[in-house]
Amino acid sequence: MTRYGLLFENLKRKQEGAFVPFVMLGDPGIEQSFEIICTLIDAGADALELGFPFSDPIADGPTIQKSALRALKHNTTPDQCFEIIAKVRARYSEIPIGLLLYSNLVMKRGLAEFYQAAHMSGVDSVLLADVPFRESEPFREQAKKNKIDHILIAAPNADEKALANIASSATGYIYMLGRAGVTGAENQADCDLSNTLGELLQKKATPSLIGFGISRPEQIKNYLLAGAAGVIAGSATVNIIEKHETNAEVMHRELALFCQAMKAATKL
Amino acid sequence: MDTSLPPKFGQFGGMFVPELLIPALDQLEQAFIEAQQDPAFIKEFNELLTEYAGRPTPLTKTRNIVSNPLVTLYLKREDLLHGGAHKTNQVLGQVLLAKRMNKTEIIAETGAGQHGTATALACALLGLKARIYMGAEDVKRQEPNVFRMRLMGAEVIPVNAGSGTLKDAVNEALRDWSATYETTHYLLGTAAGPHPFPTIVREFHRMIGEETRVQIMKKEQRLPDAIIACVGGGSNAIGMFADFIDEPSVALIGVEPAGKGIETNQHGAAIGKGSKGILHGAYSYIMQDRNGQIEESYSISAGLDYPAVGPQHAHLHDIGRASYVSITDAEALDAFQKLARLEGIIPALESSHALAHALKMAEAATKETVLVVNLSGRGDKDIQHVQQFIGKGLMP
Repeated sequence: MTRYGLLFENLKRKQEGAFVPFVMLGDPGIEQSFEIICTLIDAGADALELGFPFSDPIADGPTIQKSALRALKHNTTPDQCFEIIAKVRARYSEIPIGLLLYSNLVMKRGLAEFYQAAHMSGVDSVLLADVPFRESEPFREQAKKNKIDHILIAAPNADEKALANIASSATGYIYMLGRAGVTGAENQADCDLSNTLGELLQKKATPSLIGFGISRPEQIKNYLLAGAAGVIAGSATVNIIEKHETNAEVMHRELALFCQAMKAATKL
Repeated sequence: MDTSLPPKFGQFGGMFVPELLIPALDQLEQAFIEAQQDPAFIKEFNELLTEYAGRPTPLTKTRNIVSNPLVTLYLKREDLLHGGAHKTNQVLGQVLLAKRMNKTEIIAETGAGQHGTATALACALLGLKARIYMGAEDVKRQEPNVFRMRLMGAEVIPVNAGSGTLKDAVNEALRDWSATYETTHYLLGTAAGPHPFPTIVREFHRMIGEETRVQIMKKEQRLPDAIIACVGGGSNAIGMFADFIDEPSVALIGVEPAGKGIETNQHGAAIGKGSKGILHGAYSYIMQDRNGQIEESYSISAGLDYPAVGPQHAHLHDIGRASYVSITDAEALDAFQKLARLEGIIPALESSHALAHALKMAEAATKETVLVVNLSGRGDKDIQHVQQFIGKGLMP
């Protein structure tokens, strides 16, 4: 069974949802990035979403944009990103690790080589923010070859056909958008997802995690009751890094507190 | 098949956008297909083009600029179109489409402000609200155009993210659209971006080539030997080329900006010096570093200062149907002044790139040759900028 499979089975038994923080690899530095990830895991993160910095992140709001710029300021490369992941994997063998990045970084390296490198470093899933289902075939093929789950997005405007595609093709987890727009904690997730979640559950689709506009523990319970398997919080996590960039001690303390509070809210 | 029209040109193009935008792009494609078959739409579009924008534009035979007696050089005068450039054509078409889809607002990106100005005028005329994203750097550099847009009622939003130029304005427009697609149409300004934009932009500009064909046949009783157009994203070029792609005797030549020199890293030649990759929704030639980060482009002409190119140009290049060359800032400035001095026409710096290459071809010709340059815009907007170069003694 995959790491995601084990995680979701385990959480279901405990009647808990998953809390998945997102951070940008290389922000604010390579070594700091590794330490931040360790702090998040030690504070209870169930899985990780890790970004590769890209110069033109069209699906991201100001927080993640700035995070990518901080990482690119000292030229964080995909190779360095894979090295951080390998170090995390060496220390934590069970936590599912997902990548969230833009397609050009994959294209430039070459699909086969990228997914091989991802597999070698211990990655479990890859989500490409600018690859919709209809463009996903070559990426899914390489992902599958390398035992990596290609993560599909369920958008609030998905029609019947799109949901059917997702239900039959998704593996790992489904990234369900809590609202339209781009990433960011400024605007709260506001879509009623119970119908979509219900439909996917009925079709026995792989578990769904809710992302976009998730920043507070109080938001979590309703999603779990509606059938979500957990939540992803990116901008809220990255905001803490931005705010305390110059004071590592406070940053780690705040990240741990945030992570603990969010994790606690996933226990029904 | 997910789309009704082909989403790719050979291996290029596609729809590399967040899943959220796919329904909006599909809706746009359907609206475009239906509009193309609706006589009422076509009638309104054509009326606007003739009675508001001033089509057809003339084809002017140059009198003095070419010294080689074997060569005849014509200029397709898009500079005379209302708004000052070809941009007005497709903007009118897309605003009509937006109304057809019951959208009440328009978002657009702009670099120098030409597409923004065209969008603002069309929205003022047709009663939609316009929101124009413009890099903060460009807002400073192009103040008169910012004022023009605001004068016509558009909201101009400076973009501070990234480098504060056109590419960042496109990013921001796409971000806006992914939250507002239900009420808002994204009026992309060039023949790039995700399907169906490259196709729609080409079709709403193709009268440039169609008129040229009729006009040149009347004057020369034959097709030209070559058609030359500048290429940033590539909208004026694809509008000019479209009607001649199936005429193998007509050479199609796209001119990219070589900036301070194609061998320097300060240029905008995505086909000439770039490599294949994905930017702003399409697989095409783009300027990128070895890790796939997008590089900054550079050109004296803001309209050509874009690190990618429309996917159909990438395809025409790959199959060898069109050739792509480049012209430096200095060569473009030279052509800019020559046309002013010898023909009494001040061209846009963008179009000056195409002209500069045509003048090179004219000089080299050893047999009778008919050339057509798409003079895509007029140079009023560039006068201050060019004046600075003269002031610095940088004029060739």
